[in-house]
Amino acid sequence: MPSNIPAPTRRQLLLGSGALFAWAFVPGRARAENRDPRLLTVVLRGALDGLAVVAPVGDPDWLKLRGDNGLTSDGQTPALPLDGFFALNPVMPNLQRLYHAGQATIVHAVATPYRERSHFDGQDVLESGQAKPGAVDTGWLNRALAVLGPGGRADPGGRQAFAVGPIAPLVVRGPAPVLAWVPPRLPPVGDETTMRLLDLYNHTDPVLARALEERIGLAAIARASGMDGDPDMDRPAVQIGGIEQVRKYFADAAGAAAKFLARADGPRVGALALDGWDTHVNEGIIKGRLANLLGALDGAVAEIETNMGDAWRETVVVFITEFGRTARINGNDGTDHGTATVAILAGGALKGGRVLADWPGLKDADLYEHRDLRATTDLRAVLKGLLKDHLRVDDQDLGTGVFPDSLTVSPTPGLLA
Amino acid sequence: MALDPKEAALALHRFGCGPRAGSIMAIASDPRGALVAELERPNAGQIVDANLPSSAAANRAVFEYNAARAANTKREQRRREAAAKVAQNSGGESMTEAKPDTAPPTVAQPEAVPLPRQLFRNEAKARFDAAINAEIGLVERLVWFWSNHFCVNANATVMAGGYEREAIRPHVLGRFADMLLAAEGHPAMLLYLDNAQSIGPDSVAGINRDKGLNENLAREILELHTVGVRTVYSQADVTNFAKVLTGWTILPTATNPDHGGEFAFLGRAHEPGVETVIGNAYSEGGVEQGRAVLADLARHPATAKHVATKLARHFIADDPPTSLVDRLARRFLDTDGDLKAVVATLIAAPESWEPEQAKIKRPNEWIVAALRATGEPGETPRMIQAGNLLGEPLWRPPAPKGFSDDDAAWLDGLGQRLEIANAFAHREGIGHEPAAVMETAIGPLASAETQRTIARAESRPQALTMVLMTPEFLRR
Repeated sequence: MPSNIPAPTRRQLLLGSGALFAWAFVPGRARAENRDPRLLTVVLRGALDGLAVVAPVGDPDWLKLRGDNGLTSDGQTPALPLDGFFALNPVMPNLQRLYHAGQATIVHAVATPYRERSHFDGQDVLESGQAKPGAVDTGWLNRALAVLGPGGRADPGGRQAFAVGPIAPLVVRGPAPVLAWVPPRLPPVGDETTMRLLDLYNHTDPVLARALEERIGLAAIARASGMDGDPDMDRPAVQIGGIEQVRKYFADAAGAAAKFLARADGPRVGALALDGWDTHVNEGIIKGRLANLLGALDGAVAEIETNMGDAWRETVVVFITEFGRTARINGNDGTDHGTATVAILAGGALKGGRVLADWPGLKDADLYEHRDLRATTDLRAVLKGLLKDHLRVDDQDLGTGVFPDSLTVSPTPGLLA
Repeated sequence: MALDPKEAALALHRFGCGPRAGSIMAIASDPRGALVAELERPNAGQIVDANLPSSAAANRAVFEYNAARAANTKREQRRREAAAKVAQNSGGESMTEAKPDTAPPTVAQPEAVPLPRQLFRNEAKARFDAAINAEIGLVERLVWFWSNHFCVNANATVMAGGYEREAIRPHVLGRFADMLLAAEGHPAMLLYLDNAQSIGPDSVAGINRDKGLNENLAREILELHTVGVRTVYSQADVTNFAKVLTGWTILPTATNPDHGGEFAFLGRAHEPGVETVIGNAYSEGGVEQGRAVLADLARHPATAKHVATKLARHFIADDPPTSLVDRLARRFLDTDGDLKAVVATLIAAPESWEPEQAKIKRPNEWIVAALRATGEPGETPRMIQAGNLLGEPLWRPPAPKGFSDDDAAWLDGLGQRLEIANAFAHREGIGHEPAAVMETAIGPLASAETQRTIARAESRPQALTMVLMTPEFLRR
């Protein structure tokens, strides 16, 4: 990651989903209190298995539910203890450290109001802040910014500040002007994408299947013999099946976002998206695909913390996903689309060290439709709590314009220190 | 008339540049008729762009540009040497005087795109735009086919783009004999295959300068452009034909600011005398001798078969049905190489409409199809780069034979296509509904497995990546 980040320009509006989309103003009301809060929203697309991130190891039904496929407090790779009842995936030591330092909060059994199981619709609800999927073209984060009076313009590099990307993630699209920065590294082709295509080819086109298989084999050999790097700058830096690429990409994207937010003249509110969480087959919770991704995410958290520098103490990073996954493991050692999951909050501005959960239990009758972790917390409450206490968006705006028809969903109090 | 969306989709993929929004239904009432109708459009296949210079003008401009740059470099070098001398003579006392001369410029000007690259990009853009904006794109596909058949290489000449517009496009629906003559006589070809330097050993120039033949062009015309390798010709035919073609050269650019880079027949370099090529004796007639040989080659049955095989291989299958090749060859001979008639026969042939998508799209076909399916305008430098990465660099074939039409040649690039599809989906993808792109691109062709795979994608970028990588979209 270059230490000197170029200011976003129009040319860089070749937007990738991992790009940072930021608002160029300092929230006015917070500024009036002599605060300078930062908020970074990270959308994890694909439906993150919340139970694989933070497991209720103290729940007597947990072991029955996931068995060998679940996190446990003992065994070869014990989960990292959080509060006695919940424990964290062992690939996430940075998050655990922040948690015990009071700088990370887990919200569990949380979900948007969406109760179907389509990724696209679920992502639309998650990012739009609407109660239902449908024709939406603005996101809750953007609408929150739109109601905030700017307290001063933050204009990175003195360039044209307001470059609106028509293809920014939905969560930041809307009336408030947004600027964009794109990491030089494009998101790599995920294993998940490759495997899905291979599965399709195996069913429909053996010639293509063989060609893709060979390619995967070659990529593995190239990695093993250290032939990874390609000096050609223009080449899309993507490679099939390389977790190292994913790790770098997550760290680059999140780290760059942090550097922008940390700058005195930088933006204060930003969003980016990290894909790859749809784990239907061979999920690999403790070792394998999801463990790799979570490790990369933990690395991204560390990168954000480091790059924020002093601004970390005024920072909240919130990781959200469209819905969770089935409570039980499916027939392919994976999990299918579910309902409740976790939201991860990290940052020095938090009153952390807590798992916030109205735990629904894991007995068959406790599960939503006998299959999913039941949602007991509305994700909108958490997001509203952050927007209210961190950025000072008021209740009325939160309940109407930002999250329409949600006046009955009270902002979660006390999230911030 | 009953609608046949499936055949319409096949028509667009197999014979066109891929579907755009609504184009499948637009031709569903008569897909074959729509293809034929595109052949009948006035000026089909022509690019009218006043900003594109003729190939000879481009050649001259680049010559001047390079000369000026070379002079600038030299001038700069002299200036630096002189300044160093001054500094040396003054014994370091007058550093302040020497400094302005020796110090490098403080503000580095962003270098403009070099003229040769800019010209290449302009030509590439015109070509890509023609394909992206075509209603079906059959005529553009034919241009690509013939441009590859009569390929030149942009590494050898700055005229590659102009060559296609001047030698290929005017004849793409005309007579093969005319295209053959236009191609072989074009300065780009004469440079690429070395005929510009070929001199008859017994010509005036040959005797005076003790120079001789270059067989390259004559051989490739026989082997690649007309009758085909291992057919009806011998080494003697190659040599004799090379003699016939001596004198086909280009006007020097350095000394001819008005016409440099244009075709010229240089009688002084032409081998005098009668020459026999494939059993026919051609009397001396200067440039007409070569034209006569080309005219006969154009109507040779071996040429008909060669061209018919290549066409069928390109559009239909690596190993095309003999019945189809025969039919195309017959039509070629019956019409004296009327290329429009041959294509009409290809469209009408039952062998052309097997539902199985047997061929993999060539990289540039795939790139253009992706842009058409999404409605993205495409950025020329990026498209050029994608073609390079996928092994089909525009106007830079690996050999005079052109890019391969065998699927095997393109399967290796599948992983690279996945990377490019992924990059494209993340760069341009948001804002495109994958289900809609799928419907636009492969709607009636999509298998149940494909539909399920796309519907279950974890994100829109992933879905769009996979739409572009479905067998139905990769193939045609």
